[in-house]
Amino acid sequence: MIPELGHFALILVFVLALALGLVPLIGAARGNSTWMRAAFSLSAGMAVFAAVAFACLEYAFVTDDFSVRYAATNSNSLLPIYYKVAAVWGAHEGSFLLWILIMTLWTLAVATFSRHLPLTMISRVLAVMGWLTAGFAAFSLFTSNPFDRALPIPPAEGSDLNPLLQDFGLTIHPPMLYVGYVGFSVAFAFALAALMTGRLDAAWARWSRPWTNAAWAFLTTGIALGSWWAYYELGWGGWWFWDPVENASFMPWLMGTALVHSLAVTEKRGAFKSWTVLLAIGTFSLSLLGAFIVRSGVLTSVHAFAVDPERGLFILAFLVIVVGGSLTLYAVRVPLIRSRVHFSGLSREVLLLVNNVVLVVAMSVVLLGTLYPLAYEAITDGGKISVGPPYFNAVFIPLMAVLSLALGIGPSTRWKRTSVMYLVRKLGAVFAASVVIGVALPLVVIGIFKWQVAAGSVLALWIVGTHVEDLWQQSGGRLAGLRRLSAGYLGMTLAHLGFAVTLIGIVITSHLSVERDVRLTNGASTTLGALTFTLLAVDRVSGPNYLADRGTVRVQGQGAAYEMFPEKRRYLSGGNVMTEAAIDAGVTRDVYVAMGEPLDDGGWTLRLHYKPLVRWVWVGALLMALGGVTAVTDVRYRRLRVRRDSAVATAATEPSA
Amino acid sequence: MHPIRRKRLIAVVFLLAGVAVTVMLVMRALNENINLFYPPAEVVSGKAPVGPRIRAGGMVKDGSLQRAPDSIEVRFVVTDYQGADFTVVYAGILPDLFREGKGVLATGHLGRDGVFAADEVLAKHDENYMPPELKGMQKQS
Repeated sequence: MIPELGHFALILVFVLALALGLVPLIGAARGNSTWMRAAFSLSAGMAVFAAVAFACLEYAFVTDDFSVRYAATNSNSLLPIYYKVAAVWGAHEGSFLLWILIMTLWTLAVATFSRHLPLTMISRVLAVMGWLTAGFAAFSLFTSNPFDRALPIPPAEGSDLNPLLQDFGLTIHPPMLYVGYVGFSVAFAFALAALMTGRLDAAWARWSRPWTNAAWAFLTTGIALGSWWAYYELGWGGWWFWDPVENASFMPWLMGTALVHSLAVTEKRGAFKSWTVLLAIGTFSLSLLGAFIVRSGVLTSVHAFAVDPERGLFILAFLVIVVGGSLTLYAVRVPLIRSRVHFSGLSREVLLLVNNVVLVVAMSVVLLGTLYPLAYEAITDGGKISVGPPYFNAVFIPLMAVLSLALGIGPSTRWKRTSVMYLVRKLGAVFAASVVIGVALPLVVIGIFKWQVAAGSVLALWIVGTHVEDLWQQSGGRLAGLRRLSAGYLGMTLAHLGFAVTLIGIVITSHLSVERDVRLTNGASTTLGALTFTLLAVDRVSGPNYLADRGTVRVQGQGAAYEMFPEKRRYLSGGNVMTEAAIDAGVTRDVYVAMGEPLDDGGWTLRLHYKPLVRWVWVGALLMALGGVTAVTDVRYRRLRVRRDSAVATAATEPSA
Repeated sequence: MHPIRRKRLIAVVFLLAGVAVTVMLVMRALNENINLFYPPAEVVSGKAPVGPRIRAGGMVKDGSLQRAPDSIEVRFVVTDYQGADFTVVYAGILPDLFREGKGVLATGHLGRDGVFAADEVLAKHDENYMPPELKGMQKQS
């Protein structure tokens, strides 16, 4: 009964979304404010019923209702309760229901917090989000209904959640990622609504910015969590593979980052307007493309899950409608957009232009590498290829170097025009210092020279130095001065410092990590760098739903001695085998031990890693996300609410288009 | 030519040249780093090149997994169940979902002796997932 209730609620979400897509638009076209205002209650209703549908599916999982086919294939009565809850988004149908729930919650958030915007604007924003929700709900209902029953004979036991997904990282990684993906639909909806009303001005950019920053922060966190999960859970110690599924989340991030910066120019200077609109459309389209890549299985991926071509086709059709529709609207409306803003030679606008060009080129490079196998197969009639990480590294790294150089200069430049001499005076010393320290420091600490490490350190120090210098100038060198700075400025500084932290983490861990696969019998030792590893014992232990061989590995060196306990687990239902690596995490380095396979002589193969600064990769990403969130809290966005009354007044007189 | 026009023309020429160089470099990097996929039949017939990095795959033959007695090297036979077999040698730890009778994708170099030296063996997240390369290579039993 409960699953049917959930199914019914999902149908209601679809119907309400269709209404939300139509009623406010008609209202806006006819100037009927009652119809426009309906958008608010329709948004709320959509969110409530999406929550009901989601709760019903949760109920089926928690109560082990295996007559629901989706629960039967992805859960098991032995599963701990928190994994039962998380198993709901462990596979396609449920994760898409989560996607819909998040979509409706973003819609509700926009309806709640942007109520002060002109009615013709906000009703159109919500209508666009209604269309998108209707598309997603239709997808769920027609191709992947999570409430389908396995009748007449329901299985007595579920076939279990994929053991790789029975993990804390998984319970929060997909929701974060989805909140980010779907969040860009808000920027998309604002762009389309602005095109419809013909009001592409600084106000539009200001309304759109906090939402874009928030979505960007979530996506950043989601990607970082995914990378961290792959690192500790897949058991091979890598944190990024340039795999199609990873690229699927990285492409919207790159374009979203460009969008965040382009919106700044549009808000402050009224420039880049049509470019910003294109970025907003592109970012959300890439989110959809990501969903298509992950769900259709057209590309070979180490992360691929069981897939269904029919679903891929549906998403592709949806993608074509969204991209085609929005670009058509753009083409019709873009002649209305005029920016008469001038800037020259060297200015903040130009630096942000560099940022945008580099990020969009970087995104295109990733897109090309990701989709090239598909194109190749089509051209050569079935020839199959894969594009290796060396391609991505060869092209991506130089681009990021250019970006880092520009990133150091950007915040110190002024709008319109900045003199070269001013910059040299302001940043010359920082530049010299970062070159000297960047080359010398790694040499002193690790004792060997590697130009990649030196270059990475110079760039990271350059970013840190220029931002600290600017922070010092802006705050007048006093702590009290910091409090006067805007949240927007502090958020930017935090995010840029986070970028530097990630940069140095990536460079150091890529070039100075050591790794060995070894075979060890009980009591035998091996060395890796300055560390000695001894396999003391392998014991049989049992967990709630698995049996495991647990190794005891003694690690000595660098003035410490400790034991680590890697596991090889065999899950009771399904018999899946999984490696649970033991990681001794630290600020300066991680020591990583994973069990391979048992050998005939009673020994084991083991994989040993020494990874300096690997945590900095994710800590930097979290700083970036924190910077994004800090920027959202800027009073500039809240001040608008005070002026709500005047905004409503302008809405009444505004011509509708 | 009008000085402003000339300035613009120069800017456009520079821009186009920059774009052309970038595109060329990207395409070169791409062409150097694509790994062509070869099924067992093409590895056996000699269609797969000896030397460059390629990707090969098929199903792991039952009972073919051998482990070296004193190193971490493993050998197994990859088959398409239609008569074409080749041996893969790999010095490393196999992914958890590696199973005899299941699909495998290996990236590496084919030797003159017909043995494929893999430097990467592809892991999968899901037992039911079949990489597009291996479609139509199921066991015929």
